[in-house]
Amino acid sequence: MSYLTLNPEGLQKVLETIGIENPEDVYSGIPETLLSSKDLDIPGPLDEEAVRSRFTFDSSNVVFAGGGVYRHHIPSIVNALSSRQEFYTAYTPYQPEISQGTLQAIFEYQSMLSGLTGMYASNASMYDGATALAEAALMAVRKKKVRRILYTRTINPSYRAVMMTYLRHIPDLELTEIPYDPLTGRADTDVLKEKTTGDAALFIQQPNFFGIIEPMEEIASIAQDAGFFGIAVSEAMSLGLLSPPGAYGPDVVVGDAQSFGNPVSAGGPLLGFLCTSKTHIRNMPGRIAGLTRDTSGRESFCLTLSTREQHIRREKATSNICTNQGLCALRAAIYLSAMGPEGLRKAATQCASGARHLMKGMEERGITPIFNGPVFNEFVVKMEETKQTAMIADGIVPGIPISRHYPEISDGLLVTVTEMNTKEDCACLMKHI
Amino acid sequence: MSDETYITRFPEIREPLLREKSSPGKNKRLVPEPFDPFDGNESLTAGDLPDLPDVSEPETVRHFTRLSRLNYGIDHGMYPLGSCTMKYNPKILEEIAGRICPIHPSDKAGMKSVLGHLKLLQGCLEEICGMDASCLWPAAGAHGELTGMMVISKAIESRGESRKKVLIPDTAHGTNPSSCTLAGFVTENIPSCPDGFLRAEILKEYLDSDVAAVMITNPNTLGIFEAEIHKIADLLHENGSLLYMDGANLNAIMGAARPGDMGVDCMHVNLHKTFGTPHGGGGPGSGPVLVKKHLTPFLPVPRIISDNKGEDTLWWDAPESIGSVHGFLGNVGVLIKALVYILSLGGKGIKDASQTACLNANYLRTRLKKSFDLPYDTPTLHEFVLSDKIQSDSGVTTLDMAKALMDHAFHPPTVYFPLVVHGSIMVEPTETESIEELDRFVCAMEEIARMAQDDPESLHSSPITCPTGRLDEVWAARNLVLSWNSLESKRYTRLSK
Amino acid sequence: MNIPKDLLYTKDHEWGRIEDGAIRVGITDYAQSELGDIVFVELVEEGSKIAAGDPIGTLESVKAVSEVYAPVGGTIKSINNALEDSPELVNEDCYNEAWMTLIEMDDPAEAQELMDARAYGEYLASESK
Repeated sequence: MSYLTLNPEGLQKVLETIGIENPEDVYSGIPETLLSSKDLDIPGPLDEEAVRSRFTFDSSNVVFAGGGVYRHHIPSIVNALSSRQEFYTAYTPYQPEISQGTLQAIFEYQSMLSGLTGMYASNASMYDGATALAEAALMAVRKKKVRRILYTRTINPSYRAVMMTYLRHIPDLELTEIPYDPLTGRADTDVLKEKTTGDAALFIQQPNFFGIIEPMEEIASIAQDAGFFGIAVSEAMSLGLLSPPGAYGPDVVVGDAQSFGNPVSAGGPLLGFLCTSKTHIRNMPGRIAGLTRDTSGRESFCLTLSTREQHIRREKATSNICTNQGLCALRAAIYLSAMGPEGLRKAATQCASGARHLMKGMEERGITPIFNGPVFNEFVVKMEETKQTAMIADGIVPGIPISRHYPEISDGLLVTVTEMNTKEDCACLMKHI
Repeated sequence: MSDETYITRFPEIREPLLREKSSPGKNKRLVPEPFDPFDGNESLTAGDLPDLPDVSEPETVRHFTRLSRLNYGIDHGMYPLGSCTMKYNPKILEEIAGRICPIHPSDKAGMKSVLGHLKLLQGCLEEICGMDASCLWPAAGAHGELTGMMVISKAIESRGESRKKVLIPDTAHGTNPSSCTLAGFVTENIPSCPDGFLRAEILKEYLDSDVAAVMITNPNTLGIFEAEIHKIADLLHENGSLLYMDGANLNAIMGAARPGDMGVDCMHVNLHKTFGTPHGGGGPGSGPVLVKKHLTPFLPVPRIISDNKGEDTLWWDAPESIGSVHGFLGNVGVLIKALVYILSLGGKGIKDASQTACLNANYLRTRLKKSFDLPYDTPTLHEFVLSDKIQSDSGVTTLDMAKALMDHAFHPPTVYFPLVVHGSIMVEPTETESIEELDRFVCAMEEIARMAQDDPESLHSSPITCPTGRLDEVWAARNLVLSWNSLESKRYTRLSK
Repeated sequence: MNIPKDLLYTKDHEWGRIEDGAIRVGITDYAQSELGDIVFVELVEEGSKIAAGDPIGTLESVKAVSEVYAPVGGTIKSINNALEDSPELVNEDCYNEAWMTLIEMDDPAEAQELMDARAYGEYLASESK
């Protein structure tokens, strides 16, 4: 398939105008020794039917996996609206006069995210929850002269891994992992209290990777002695049920909002988010849309605080982020509007209800959650590999094996339930126990 | 000849914020409720409902539909944005990428059907770029740059050396120095020559044992192919330094020349530029990193390998790797779209695309240099730079001309970048523009040049046919209203239409 | 270009007014016009000890960010908090209302090395060539 429009007549006109004989002459500026002598060894060209036949995919029917990427109901209008070409083929809104659609949608997304997290402001998105957490750690190091990072072991392992990658080159930065209570699955607040100092940044995840709800009041009180406090939210649906994390006084709330209107899609694109308190606005990475007016007083929107960003500040920028996850943020805005406050509450309640339904069913068959702390929609059980394999062979994904990241929990399985599962799904899984 | 046709007509309605349409009970969404709602004494549930607008489905649809009509998109007309490569986004890409939507990354059966395609994408990108290995996980070009610079940092560290400096030409994109800083380097600018080239002679003066790498863009942001790139690579390698290439301008040379053959050690590509995936109003993009063999051990994890059954699987055990750069596998949907694009075009199609991109750009350059100042005489490839030198004599700036172009139903070119040109106008049409559209653009630009001479005042008030006039960015930055929650205190009265 | 005769000046376009062993510092008319509309001012806090040439503040416009440097060394005695809410004062009245920092000088003799109004005027003229 070709998307060129130059036909022989057009090509003639172009060559004549430029003043060259052959199309290849346009490469006269490239030294001969660097010109490729071979053709590209690539399959194709394919017509659209050949493409359709070639790209077939599988997926299991019954899925109880989460762990940072979640299957949720996506109302039909999300696809319909976000696939309007004016939204998805548009460029970054650097020319606001012809990008008000994108800009207003970003402003509305920012408003809804800051409202849901209970924070002062949100940016226009980050790549994903893991990189958002990494950037939050950089904010802490940059602004508050923080020399120590305290982070809980109950933060999603891939979030922690990315944070390490981003922090590795910073000299004299002490990184301390806070353990969890093996009974409750919650962060060990005694150790946390002991380790917290004024030059430390404290990061937790809520609900944590085990699905357990952390003791926020206690942690917030400990965090008052820290130099910086950040909360990561990897299952954004929890914001539909639990108290907004902003109520506990964090400097930033970061995470992933893929649960809002974006499909699981083999793990990407996702939707990192970063919300901040008023103090840190100028230290926040990423694009931000703000309200303004035009020459005739019309209310409108533009990108603002650009002096933090790479295209102006260059090596002193708060981050290098340029392209973010714009269309995914638009989908989240459409989703949140489509669901509304009661709809989101209902969906979140269903997630919690489903988890309890499955937990009960599994318990009745002898498989108990290994932690006794309260959960939102995920929980950890012990399940031998052979049982897991049997389920997978039957088209069921029973959860995510976690022993690779938590060797202290042998045969650990993280099970996730959402409003996309049914009682029949649960029955299917329980049949194998 | 002035063009009177308005390709897009923007609506004249002013669409309020969702919050202003909200009223309790409007939203009647029927949510899937497969389970009995849990009860219990757990005080999980927050007292207040989530802070969201309450609007019906038809209202949501009207709202976003109206908003979309305030946007310009590539399906409306050309975006001659230099270094952005705004080419046509084929619709088959969306259709195919939609097929992976239901696959959860922990669904082994599902992921198996995806990994094979990702491996093929790696192979295709490596072939196009002449590189040995790659990593698809960076979620954008800047993310790829950061990853690449961290790979270089680790490689040098593993030699037992410590080198803190990266040299960057003054024409570089802003993400280059900021990515270096994030990777722990200090940056220093190298001046390009009056003819636009980066010369090995000049580089020599800056080379010392503290230089880890040079970050080069080729062709550079002036659209000029860095003819000394191989000499530069040799100089660097002799010095124990490495050559990183920003692949943002790859659309100029695919099939004609390969960065790997130029001595590049490490580079990234932008799938949302060169490989036709849509820009999305600011993402999601994708910035895969490609390296030469000697840097392979340091690439991020996981890697795609064949297991002992000959099946594709993810491999995490790479002790010298820089680690993870993304929570999962980057923007997989975008990766699939890029592969569909590559296979749809095939090898010859890719070569033709690049060649036509260069032809279209040179066509515009030849015609536009009659009315605009062309600061560099040097041959250019897929983009070129004009300056506002001629028009500024009558007080017209590049900004004025960019805004005026919008009244001619075009998105302006990249402006005020690169920094080495005063009032820089960077034009890149791409290969998917027809002669008719290119001619329409030349007409519009010539009309603006004429206005700059005959009636410069009129250009200061453009645009006048768009949903808004020029915006007050100072008001935005001084008042900082970033959410509708902080709106009330900053509200001002709107002028009635 | 407004260059008050009773002030001292630096090559980085700061002005200083000697007040009893202390020096009051701001940016010049040239600097504010180059920067454009100021949207944000951040000042190093009171009590900080600084040397000549150390940054004492940051100015932000929509297009750029610029540092303000101490003309002499000393301790920051007070800063102008009005600039937090009204950054536009820097554009409107850079020599009076928009003073930024009052520094208690360690060594008043250091101020002798600053330029007077005439020297600054000549410096500006030579810069623009």
